[in-house]
Amino acid sequence: MKNPLDSLWGTVISGLVLTLVLYYIVQFAMQ
Amino acid sequence: MEFLQLGIGRWLHVVAGVMWIGLLYYFNFVQVPALAAAAKDGTGAGITKHVAPRALFWFRWGAVATWVLGAVILGRHFFEAFLFMKTAYYPIGVGAWLGTIMFFNVWVLIWPNQKKILGMVQASDEEKARARRVAFLASRTNTMLSIPLLFFMTASGGIFRTAVWG
Repeated sequence: MKNPLDSLWGTVISGLVLTLVLYYIVQFAMQ
Repeated sequence: MEFLQLGIGRWLHVVAGVMWIGLLYYFNFVQVPALAAAAKDGTGAGITKHVAPRALFWFRWGAVATWVLGAVILGRHFFEAFLFMKTAYYPIGVGAWLGTIMFFNVWVLIWPNQKKILGMVQASDEEKARARRVAFLASRTNTMLSIPLLFFMTASGGIFRTAVWG
């Protein structure tokens, strides 16, 4: 499997996915 | 005091952050692809000799200024944010941790390896090749982390404002 960080789009998409995951974790923790 | 900490401090934190993350994006979106293209016709020497060292200087000291000013803004709430001791500090706590990981990457992974790549310290060809890969991945990791970082830095007054401020 290719490392997503080897491509710029892979890096940006990984960042967006991580943002979404962390958002739901923080939102759940704040309830 | 509050004017200095939360007014001037936040302003300078953003100025330094633009310097740091702006240069991070320059490296990833401009310099790395430019050097790959320049390698094909042998015209990359000017970038590595004149541009990269200057960009790296402002990049790593921009990181220091951003982190220190971020700590100044948190002030007496520093540990509440970093240790997730109060719900209201969860969003900025995540942002602070992401910024700290990125700060670590700059000074422990990117800068020491860039010194080998640019010939500022002695390194064999094998060490240079390894340094290139480590610095590249650390830089790409920071680019990835900058996306949630900027989200959580603005989240307390943005998407989480109701949860934070009531």
